[in-house]
Amino acid sequence: MADKSSSNAYWKANIRTIQLFLVIWFVASFGFGILLRPMLAGIKIGGTDLGFWFAQQGAVLVFLVLIFTYAWRMNKLDREHGVEE
Amino acid sequence: MDQFTLNLLVVGATFVLYIGIAIWARAGSTAEFYAAGRGVHPVLNGMATGADWMSAASFISMAGIIAFSGYDASTYLMGWTGGYVLLAMLLAPYLRKFGKFTVPEFIGDRFYSQTARTVAVICLIIASITYVIGQMTGVGVAFSRFLEVDNTTGLFIGAAIVFLYAVLGGMKGITYTQVAQYVVLIIAYTIPAIFISLQLTGNPIPALGLFSNDVNTGAPILATLNDTVEALGFKSYTGQHDTTLNMFLFTMTLMIGTAGLPHVIVRFFTVPTVADARSSAGWALVFISLLYLTAPAVGAMARLNLINTFYPEGVSQPAVELSQIETAPQNLWVRNWEKTGLLTIADKNGDGRIEYNANKDTNELDVNRDIITLANPEIANLPGWVIALVAAGGLAAALSTAAGLLMAISSAVSHDLIKSQINPNISEKGELLAARISMAVAIAVATYLGLNPPGFAAQTVALAFGLAASSIFPALMMGIFSKKINNTGAVAGMLVGLTTTLVYIFLHKGWFFVADTASFSDANPMILSIKSTSFGVIGAVLNFITAFIVSGATKGTPEEIQELVESIRVPKGAGAATDH
Repeated sequence: MADKSSSNAYWKANIRTIQLFLVIWFVASFGFGILLRPMLAGIKIGGTDLGFWFAQQGAVLVFLVLIFTYAWRMNKLDREHGVEE
Repeated sequence: MDQFTLNLLVVGATFVLYIGIAIWARAGSTAEFYAAGRGVHPVLNGMATGADWMSAASFISMAGIIAFSGYDASTYLMGWTGGYVLLAMLLAPYLRKFGKFTVPEFIGDRFYSQTARTVAVICLIIASITYVIGQMTGVGVAFSRFLEVDNTTGLFIGAAIVFLYAVLGGMKGITYTQVAQYVVLIIAYTIPAIFISLQLTGNPIPALGLFSNDVNTGAPILATLNDTVEALGFKSYTGQHDTTLNMFLFTMTLMIGTAGLPHVIVRFFTVPTVADARSSAGWALVFISLLYLTAPAVGAMARLNLINTFYPEGVSQPAVELSQIETAPQNLWVRNWEKTGLLTIADKNGDGRIEYNANKDTNELDVNRDIITLANPEIANLPGWVIALVAAGGLAAALSTAAGLLMAISSAVSHDLIKSQINPNISEKGELLAARISMAVAIAVATYLGLNPPGFAAQTVALAFGLAASSIFPALMMGIFSKKINNTGAVAGMLVGLTTTLVYIFLHKGWFFVADTASFSDANPMILSIKSTSFGVIGAVLNFITAFIVSGATKGTPEEIQELVESIRVPKGAGAATDH
């Protein structure tokens, strides 16, 4: 078991990462795909607009990048705080 | 060789493969039966999760929904993928660190309460069985079409196959079988899509083809599709026609439902390390996105091809002649699907032509959305082996998901009910037997309900998502991210989330799905524009609020539980936790 102060700092760093990533997750899907679509209507792509692309493809690609970046960042954090397996 | 023989050969060959793998990997100990000895590589686990996740709803149904709803159906695409981000960051690594076998086990231990565990088992069983019913219905439809047997026979054959490999193989059998099923289903889904994308746009990658130019008109394919459907009186393909509120809530419900479905979560118990649990969610989404990035192209192109069948000279010209539908070789698919009753044509005005448009009185074609993916290669006149492959893929999708769900149900019953509460002294052999018996019972129940389903498969599946979203996901998340939530709070929260969601659905779909007992309809819902399928996220919010209020008013969590929460938050020591 790692000492308490180290795992506290580790947990706080993890929570900050999660918050940032959830903002990106939300903006890419609910934002660009649904709520902000009217604002993106001017940007045309393949016979439709950017919001349509985000809703049908872009959001999924962003999700993929998010998960692997999170996994990579957490592995780094694990080592920095000495809590890796 | 005729199409029937070809279907039989291809489907038969894939089944021999699945069953062979299940027998080869037959489980010995309980640890192996539930979690494959925790030795599954993240990439393989990702493929198996992909097969587990992509059911008849994703494979058979989704592209058809997109074809007819266009942009509005984006909710499915985002909802059924975005949940993996939540899984990877909010649940998977901590549940892996916790290091036990089942979801109710975590809820029972974290909330130091047998009642919490039992409530979790109830939520799990209700959500999983409703999901399996939808799969069984899908299995029945696919078998009956491609093996040319009636629906009931198709369902029984499917149930027997699921029973064989789930019961014999346990999780390990399922993991490797599901890797094979993933490979079959993704090949089956993408090959016809590539052919069709090449025909229509000249681009071999369907996801790119969707945003390319139509080789005939030279205009972007989505613009051509908009013009075509609007000329027939339909709503534009790329426009929004659902309310923003309902789209938002439905997408969120599907996302958190994904992260709350026990058969998906349990996958992350089977990877070797906490770091692997994080990347496994990513690998799962890689394999899932291969289908999900292709589906919008399949939907849009199928809609165009469908319209071209009935307006071969273009929508400004007269519709196809009835005699052409009845005899021309390129229209064989219409005649094939007419036999199933899922596609009907009627020359109402007797002009010898079959018109397709948005006007109920003059429209002469009725197409069930669920046939689009299966009929797609036939509509595009692709070779027979492609049609047979799609049949095998659809069955792989439905069977693999059914098996994963059955596994979750059986481990909840044998491990969380019998071993922990009814008979703690049960031998390992007895526990395995109980797991297998509960699996058999679950199959029998699902098969029976699959014969007389409570509604369309999509409705049943949506219920499963709403229930998982409103009951299991909040309990897991609070258990990890808050030390304050206590036993009473968690139980009260789960019960409030589960019952409000169930009641809202029953109010719209009828009590226990008896349609004429419904007080509202999804076309005119009880609260604002919130359809019954979109309510799960509201149930989840009520769950969170209830749990916080009740926990605040009752005795705090004991010291050892706070330490348990501390320990699952760091990966260190995960190896030791797996020793049972």
